[in-house]
Formats: sequence, C-alpha cells, structure tokens
Amino acid sequence: MNAPSAPAYRVRGPSAGGDDARRFWNLARTLAATDWKVRFYDSVLGYVWTLLRPLLLFGIVYFVFSQVIKAGAGVEYYGVLLLLGMIMYFFFSEVTGGGVTSMIDRESLLRKVGFPRAVVPLSVALVAAMNLALNLIVLAIFVIGAGVPARWEWLLLGLPLALLLVFSTGVAMLLSALYVPYRDVRPIWEVVLQALFYATPILYPIELLAAHSPTLAKIALMNPVAALIQEARHLLVGAPSLTDALGSTALVAGPVAILIGVTWLGFWVFDRMAPRVAEEL
Amino acid sequence: MTGQPADDVAVKVDGVSKTFRLPQEQLHTLKERSLHPLRRRRFDTLHALGDVSFEVRRGEVFGIVGRNGSGKSTLMKCLAGIYQADAGEMWLRGRMAPFIELGVGFNPDLTAHDNVIINAVMLGLSPDEARQRYSSIVEFAELQEFTELKLKNYSSGMQVRLAFSVMVHVDAELLLIDEVLAVGDAAFQQKCYDVLNSLRDEGKTILLVTHDMSQVRRFCNRALLLERGQLAAIGDAATVSRRYTQVNFAVPDDADRAWHAVIDEDGDDAQVLEVWTQDAVGRRGAAIPQGTPCALMMSVLFRRAAHNPVFAFTLNDEKHRGVLAVTSDHEEGTSGAFEAGERVVAGASFDNWLAPGRYSVTAQVAYAGMGERVMTLAEDAGSIVVTGTRPSGGIVDVPHAFFVNRVSPTPGSAARPTAPAVERTGG
Repeated sequence: MNAPSAPAYRVRGPSAGGDDARRFWNLARTLAATDWKVRFYDSVLGYVWTLLRPLLLFGIVYFVFSQVIKAGAGVEYYGVLLLLGMIMYFFFSEVTGGGVTSMIDRESLLRKVGFPRAVVPLSVALVAAMNLALNLIVLAIFVIGAGVPARWEWLLLGLPLALLLVFSTGVAMLLSALYVPYRDVRPIWEVVLQALFYATPILYPIELLAAHSPTLAKIALMNPVAALIQEARHLLVGAPSLTDALGSTALVAGPVAILIGVTWLGFWVFDRMAPRVAEEL
Repeated sequence: MTGQPADDVAVKVDGVSKTFRLPQEQLHTLKERSLHPLRRRRFDTLHALGDVSFEVRRGEVFGIVGRNGSGKSTLMKCLAGIYQADAGEMWLRGRMAPFIELGVGFNPDLTAHDNVIINAVMLGLSPDEARQRYSSIVEFAELQEFTELKLKNYSSGMQVRLAFSVMVHVDAELLLIDEVLAVGDAAFQQKCYDVLNSLRDEGKTILLVTHDMSQVRRFCNRALLLERGQLAAIGDAATVSRRYTQVNFAVPDDADRAWHAVIDEDGDDAQVLEVWTQDAVGRRGAAIPQGTPCALMMSVLFRRAAHNPVFAFTLNDEKHRGVLAVTSDHEEGTSGAFEAGERVVAGASFDNWLAPGRYSVTAQVAYAGMGERVMTLAEDAGSIVVTGTRPSGGIVDVPHAFFVNRVSPTPGSAARPTAPAVERTGG
C-alpha cells in the first residue's frame, strides 16, 4: 500500500500488434534468436555451417548452370544473377513456408501468455532475414570472384530486399491466419511455392523468356517477387531494370499494386483473426 | 461503477462475459467446406462467463474458486489478455504477470540459460533485464552447476524449480496464478507457499485460482466463487470456501445412486469382483455423511488357495495423498484359509471422520506376509464422496475437544484453569 499508485490501464484483449512497440520487438527477436540457436545445436561446426552450406550449395549451382548447362549464355554475370535470384526466392519461400504453420507451432505460447500475436509470424521472418544476411555475405564472395565492377547502385540494394521482407511477412501473416481454420493451406502453399519458383525468372534469364514471348515475360514480372529480383539484379550488375524489362513505366504499377494489395490483405486478415486465435487453435 | 477504478483498486472487473463458439462439426478442410457450400457452420455456444464483476484491492490475495468448468481459467485468461472478453471492462494497475503454466516457452533443446531468458521475456521482462537477473534466478533455483545443460536433461523437478524461480524474479506487482502451485514435491510446494507469503508481505496483489480450499483459507484475504460462469459468492476467504464445500459436497450428483464398481480385472491368483461402500445398516451408496459409521467393502474370487491372505483398502484424496490405509492383517492377524474358486466378502468399518471431499478407493488382496506378494489389485476402483458442510482445511476431521487454559495469574485472583472452554465433537 505504500508504493505510489501506478496508473490503471484497461485490458483490451489480445491484438495483432499490441500497444507496446518495445515489448513487441523484444519478443520477436527473442523468439527468433531461440529458433536460430535450436537450428544449429549439436553440430560440430555450428555457425560455420550457416556460411559454409550456402557457399558449397551456390558453388554447385554456379558451376552446373554457368559451366555445364550454359543456360544463360550471352547474359553478363549470369552466375551471380542466378545466385541473387535464388537467395531472394529462398528467403520468400522460408518466410511464407515457415509462416503457414507458425501460429499452430506456437500454440502453447499463444494459449498461455498474452502478447501481440503478430510477433509469431514476424519472428519467422526475422530468422529468415538472418539467413538472408549470411547468404548475401556468401554472394559477395561470388560477386568479387566473378569480377563484377563496384557500382554506387549497390547502396540501394537494401530497398528491394526490405520490400521483399515486408511482402513476405504480409503473405506469411495471411497464410498463418488462414491455416488456423483451414489446414489444407499448407499443402496448397507448398505446391504454389514450387510453381512460383519456375514461374519466376531465376534459373532462366528474363531475356530468354522475353525472346520467346514478350507477353509471358511481362506476366511473369507482375509477380512482386520476380519484380523485386529483377530490380535487385539491375542494382547489382546493371541488368535491365524492372521498367526496361516491362517496357513501360505504367506497367510497373502492376507488381507494385499486387505487392501493396496482398501485404495489406495479409495484415488486415491477421488483425481480424488475432483477438480470437487463442481460443480457435 | 463503470470507468477508471479507485486508487486502491488493483483489479477491476466490470460486467465481463465470455462466450465460446464450439463448432458442432469440424469442417477443417476446404474440400469439406466446398462439398457443403450452403451449410452454415453451426455452433454450440458455451457461456463461460456471464456478467462477472468484482474488485481486488492492492496488496490483497484474492482467491478464485469453483469446480472444473466453472469459468475460473477463462476469467484468468481474459485478465491476462489471452482471450478477448465479449462484454464488460477490465482494469489493472501495475505490471501484471500471468502464471497460467510454469515455464511457458521452455524449449528442451536449449540450455537452462537460454530458457530462462525466453521465459522471462515472455513474462514481461526485457532481454537486458532478464540477463541481469539471470544469476539470481539460477541461484534461487539452486541450479548453478547445471546452467549449461540442455533442458531435456533436467529432471521435471529441476524444470519446475527453474520456472518458479523465473516467476519470482519477474517482479510483477500483480500476479495471476492458475493452479501452478499444485505441482512439485512437498518441499517445493512449501517453498512456493513461503514465496507467496513473502510476495503478499511485500504488498503484491495476487489472484489465485484454485480448488484447494485449504489454500484459500491459508493465503487469501478474500475470494469469489464461480458456478457455471456466474458469480455465486464473494467475500472473506473462510465464508467463500465454506460455501464452495457446501455447494460441491453437501449434495453430490451421485448421492442417491447406490455405488459399486464391478472390476473387470483378471488376476491370476484372485479377482476383485466388486468394491463398494455401505452405511451402518448395510445400504450401499457413494455419499457418506461426515461423522457417520460406514464400511468399505470388496468381494473377491480366489483362483488359488490362500492361507491368511491380507485384504487391504486405501483411500486417496483428490491430490493423490494417501489418507487412509487399512488391512485385515493389522485388524485380526489371521483371515482364514480359502480354497480356489471360493468367493469372499471383506470389509473395513470405521467412523467417517474424513474431511468433506472426494476420495478414490483402491482394494488389494495379497498373500500372507507383509503384503508384498499381491494376489490382485484393483486400483482406484471407485470414488466416494464425504459430505459435510464444515471444512476444517485438514485431511481428517477427528472428533476433538478444544481447551483454552489460563496459565498466568490474573490480577486479584488465584490461577484458575478453565477446562474445557470450547468443546467440539464434530458432526
């Protein structure tokens, strides 16, 4: 009774974002750090694998596609472009694929502690972002190895990557919310991810597709992931920018609208679902 | 009383209701839904809480009691911000930490160190605060040597100690505790109670969900009783716990039904066919009023011959504590010789001075000796309910007399013992 009386506050029930940004961030990074640690426990080389694994994998892909198959004959720095595309797509796939089941995976937390619900899919995105950062370090080795001249545009590379993070998180929130009542979201999304990988100009350069059918190339670039990869490639080695690849500035509105729309939809659906998720798990 | 609570109020619940929708059929996949596109999802509604209002003052230990399914945990989860209330307002004052379960977020593949940090952050600390308190947390849990061990290598007792230690160090002014104190061994429970007492002395506000009335009487200043989601009683702890016992044990649901359990256990040596209780005149029934004579009975079929077998009954209370153990060996020394195929009825009669509550009955027959060679064992063969309206908080309510004797001389008169000032014979 002797303590000064703290202000009373109203309990408003669970929500997606909560009203304490610091607590939101603390929780998200703690959960992400935990996931990250669990992943590399019990391996002798531990964190070394986080760099060694992509280095070896990328080395194989680089060798097979640029030396053996020569899929990108005539495209400058094809190997580096291939790796950049794969890294970005794997990030999207890790965030959304892991995001689908995230609310169910964290069921015990959600049912026992009141905390902002969006922490759960965001922590998945953070783990994937750490992976992305390490993969980019490995990519840098290949970029130097391939003799790509340094460009001031590299400073802007963070922009498409940040947009990819936002978009992936939005999709992950949408899927994780839908997965609670509809368990078939997971197999469906696995197939979609697979299809989307081949529908995205990653293994084949966009020029190859454009030479075959300019319309198909434009449709492929309506996919925000493909558009962001194209833009990142442009910044990294001076490949055609998104505007050039689409052929008109107006068409850029397509992937931008889809990116904003889907992300907003994901946030909206998740926000609607958040207050009742604990009782519907 | 809507709006902000008064200054000395730590928890204010005003007209809170909560309804759950329980789908009658689970349409979990899109295929199921698309096969029945026009069928509306039908829901059963479960009214978990209906218009509950109360206030808890700062520094109070407040009990929330009720049977399983009465809405205690739902109320707790609404307060903890896990469920959203459908109607009403809830106000809290000061940092709140929920202890719906000990060790929330524990991951068996991580070390104790990592788990402490996660758990503390889940309960409201920042990662920096968690790291600062880490050493005092493991010290309190007495686990300093084991901090680099993965949690899966911890015994369950060690895990509970660690989790409890985190809870103590979270530093909340308002604690919501949901039956977590019911875990662990006796020594640990004692430690829990000590901590609870010291938190209370520090002026923390504590909401304690329990259906252990002795806890309510020991720790709570006030309590409320929930019945099917409605506030049935609110007041001082003793009154509410008495009310709880009245409501739940005065007229049990199965009071009128004659009770016996038919055991379907095929022992090789013998078989317990039936276990039942009966009153002084031999009427069978599961409800035994406190203070009346009664008997535990079993009928046994011997499959092998036995000389002086030992018949035994054990009664366990709801916390699995052995309350009563009686054997024919102690009573008579010899029980006789029985042939294979013989049927026997054995019983133990006693005056029922058990505390009101529910007990499970275990019946056993063993070969002569210390009872180590079991012929047949019917574990938890049935339960009996001791009815009564006057809970003492103890395990038994033996008839007793109470004395208050004056030992120092009163001024102006000779020392004069006053015996017995109060006498109680129970019943």
